[in-house]
Amino acid sequence: MSGFDRFRTPLKNARGLGSAKDGVHHFVVQRATAVALFFLGLYFVGLAISLIGADYAAARAAVAHPFNAVLLIAFLVTSFWHAQLGLQVIIEDYVHAPILAITSQLAVRFVCVLATLASVLAVLRIALGA
Amino acid sequence: MAKFSLPKNSKIQPGKHFAAPAGAKNVRAFRIYRWNPDDGQNPRVDTYELDLAACGPMVLDALIKIKNEVDPTLTFRRSCREGICGSCAMNIDGTNTLACTKAIEDCASGDVKIYPLPHMAVVKDLVPDMTHFYAQYASIKPWLRTQSAPPPKERLQSKDDRARLDGLYECILCACCSTSCPSYWWNGERYLGPAILLQAYRWIVDSRDEDTGARLDDLEDPFKLYRCHTIMNCARTCPKGLNPAKAIAEIKKLMVERRA
Repeated sequence: MSGFDRFRTPLKNARGLGSAKDGVHHFVVQRATAVALFFLGLYFVGLAISLIGADYAAARAAVAHPFNAVLLIAFLVTSFWHAQLGLQVIIEDYVHAPILAITSQLAVRFVCVLATLASVLAVLRIALGA
Repeated sequence: MAKFSLPKNSKIQPGKHFAAPAGAKNVRAFRIYRWNPDDGQNPRVDTYELDLAACGPMVLDALIKIKNEVDPTLTFRRSCREGICGSCAMNIDGTNTLACTKAIEDCASGDVKIYPLPHMAVVKDLVPDMTHFYAQYASIKPWLRTQSAPPPKERLQSKDDRARLDGLYECILCACCSTSCPSYWWNGERYLGPAILLQAYRWIVDSRDEDTGARLDDLEDPFKLYRCHTIMNCARTCPKGLNPAKAIAEIKKLMVERRA
């Protein structure tokens, strides 16, 4: 709190820039993706266990099955989405230098979007027989 | 970045030792944080040995005895000595609580360690600067806000609606909860903290208040409200046995409810 301007009134400091009128959307999506990940995570672990001992061709065939391909893509998109939301909160909590905060928020978003696209493409290439 | 280590001039030095009076039978040592803004020295921890046979049962009794009989320079706030004014909130035996309602015998064995409320600027010794905390309280406009003309007598309320204020109205704004909250430590400039959010909910849930929507509007903010990560230190430390985390969760539920 030492960074406060002592020539301003305490109420001016406390009110700051006012309410952003935002935050509930982030809250809802973080929980919605968490619920989805509970079920998708169970499914993913089940799929991984079922593939123990399977050879490359069998694993490919399992991923190519439309049921698995759809759920795998859902799992991947939800995972990276949830990760981005969680990392965003951690950066907001601990990184207070403006330039570092904006840079790290952008980097997290770029990495999550690219990782999502790359992993979805990987599943699609197998599913569509490329 | 958040600061995880103390700056050089805040590092605590060993302090003075005040031995128990001769012939003392039941000696207990109190290790107390001392800092004087006027002498240019680093903070230190002084040790006071007291004869508990000649001291009241509460930690506040010990502090008053030290100030009256051992070291009059010891500075702390106190007033009601019965847990209703919130003045003597401090960190005792590792937990934020009120010195007046904390029994010495309930402290863990060994020396009783007494520090000011964590992560607040210190005015002197055990006195923290509460300016921002009180300004945050003022910022939620903690009074009944209505548009309808006042009724000729009192504003009526059903028994059920009155019961909703239980667990909220008892808050004495001692700041034990807010200063135990890591989110408030790192982002206290913008995060309102558990005490102020519990007070905000006290007015949101009041059936006589007509400004509920505006109150929620003011709180809907990633920092004012959503820095609460349900760490729950607030509920664990509250000397009045209240649950600020639950009040914050209720606010979050209302935020969702008004959109659904």
